[in-house]
Amino acid sequence: MSYDNELYQQVILDHNRNPRNFHAMDNATHQCHGVNPLCGDDITIYVDVDEASQTIREVSFTGSGCAISKASTSLMTTFLKGKSLDEARVVFSEFHRMILGEFDPTIEANHLGKLKLFVGIREYPSRTKCASLAWHTFIGALDRKTEGVSTE
Amino acid sequence: MPQTLMADKAAFDVDKIREDFPILSQTVRGKPLVYLDNAATTQKPRRVIERVRRFDTEEYGTVRRGAYRLCEHATQLFEDSRQKVADFLGAGNKKEIVFTSGTTQAINLVAYSFGRRFVYAGDEIIISNIEHHANTVPWQVLCEERGARLKVIPVNDAGELILEEYEKLLSDRTRLVAVNHVSNALGTVNPVREITEKAHAAGARVLIDGAQSTPHMKVDVREIGCDFYTFSGHKMYAPSGVGGVFGKMELWQEMPPYVTGGDMIMKVTLEKTTYAPPPARFEAGTPAITQVIGLGEAIDYLNGIGMDRISQYEKSLLEYGSRVLGAIDGLRIIGTAHDKAALISFALDVAHPHDVVTLLDQDGIAVRGGHHCAQPTMVRFGVPATSRASMAFYNKPEELDALAESLQKVIKLFS
Repeated sequence: MSYDNELYQQVILDHNRNPRNFHAMDNATHQCHGVNPLCGDDITIYVDVDEASQTIREVSFTGSGCAISKASTSLMTTFLKGKSLDEARVVFSEFHRMILGEFDPTIEANHLGKLKLFVGIREYPSRTKCASLAWHTFIGALDRKTEGVSTE
Repeated sequence: MPQTLMADKAAFDVDKIREDFPILSQTVRGKPLVYLDNAATTQKPRRVIERVRRFDTEEYGTVRRGAYRLCEHATQLFEDSRQKVADFLGAGNKKEIVFTSGTTQAINLVAYSFGRRFVYAGDEIIISNIEHHANTVPWQVLCEERGARLKVIPVNDAGELILEEYEKLLSDRTRLVAVNHVSNALGTVNPVREITEKAHAAGARVLIDGAQSTPHMKVDVREIGCDFYTFSGHKMYAPSGVGGVFGKMELWQEMPPYVTGGDMIMKVTLEKTTYAPPPARFEAGTPAITQVIGLGEAIDYLNGIGMDRISQYEKSLLEYGSRVLGAIDGLRIIGTAHDKAALISFALDVAHPHDVVTLLDQDGIAVRGGHHCAQPTMVRFGVPATSRASMAFYNKPEELDALAESLQKVIKLFS
């Protein structure tokens, strides 16, 4: 017997179990600390940006959180590698609107690729911040928010 | 089903009780609702729902200020409810009961009014490490404002207050000890009578936060001896938006008002106002009239079943639930006090409480995941959050079996 739902798919469970790029980065050009005070999720995102080409060389993270938060962060780090900063901001906007139910990648053109896996979270309003913490923290890193970001 | 539960079933017909609660017969995602978040809020029996509807439909009027029939009748019902609360808590005098919006406002009232009258620089307030934020933050704010110090009773690994340490904290500087009767995060039942005796011996006053005890056990404030005792209606099968606090009359009389305005005055001139005697002094503005009537009805309902029978049945539920959850590999029960209310906080090795809650909901099971507004408790036990199954007398052993089965599925999914 198992659960019938579109949120906890195998890819998400796998990234929770074996998070990718799960380490601190010594040579990060940008970094930011993000927390969700309501549930205690706490992550740090490290970004290595090639200034000349304005592209992302590497993204990594450390911290703790629920499966949705950890898998979302892990998938984000793999997705962003090699993307330009402009592309990354477009994807952030699409992702954010997707999980709030304001943008439907199943019918609208998008740049989300495998991140579409998280579309099911729009059915769980209390969990959207679990999926978005990584992205807010990543944007916080790019914008050099040294005080960190919070979902509240 | 184990023999003891069979015996309890004969003494306590839970299926019949469940018929009193309309919401319990509904399904969630095609599965029967298993409601195990009673420490957050409780469901309402039909009697309370219908009493509130009848009051609003046929009897509604303001209280304490009109001379026409609707008003006089509503005032009578309102004051009858105050008497029911007083009797339910074992208070001697119904004027010792002040209605508030709930426990949070009740504790804030005492912190403000008692604090302004009795707490000065260098004084000390004692709380415990397992308090709800509502019994923590008001005291932090008071201490900051008055230059007083906040001291904290530590707990052992079972989640029980360490009374020897408590005794060391007491001194002639202690003005008030504020602890819960039952911990909302762990279920620990605190020895409030002993705590009160020791505080009084040191010359300190005592507030007991009864938000989690009043729904589940017989309370007698005179037997406990405490100076204040708070409660919330929505946690005891009554409407939300009402609760209150018992306080000893000698203290109420000394305390200044918390909220000011209409209904709490003796006389107002543009130069000076004199205040009404308690409890009116602490009930400015139009109160939650309908909710107070609903609270009285809920108390009648609970008395009809009997608080001792409720406690006894819930104890058997706790024993059963602790056994079936305790048998799950990779599940750790947090809070294992010897004296415990029917509430099980737990952590799974493989899954975060928020994932647990979302997945249990797929099976129609409602539990809470989070820090339970008790972050210092979570820090003490080294977890960011827990999942919490909190029971009421309308829960059945079969529902705890359903919880255990669903948790096994969570573990399988995440392993």
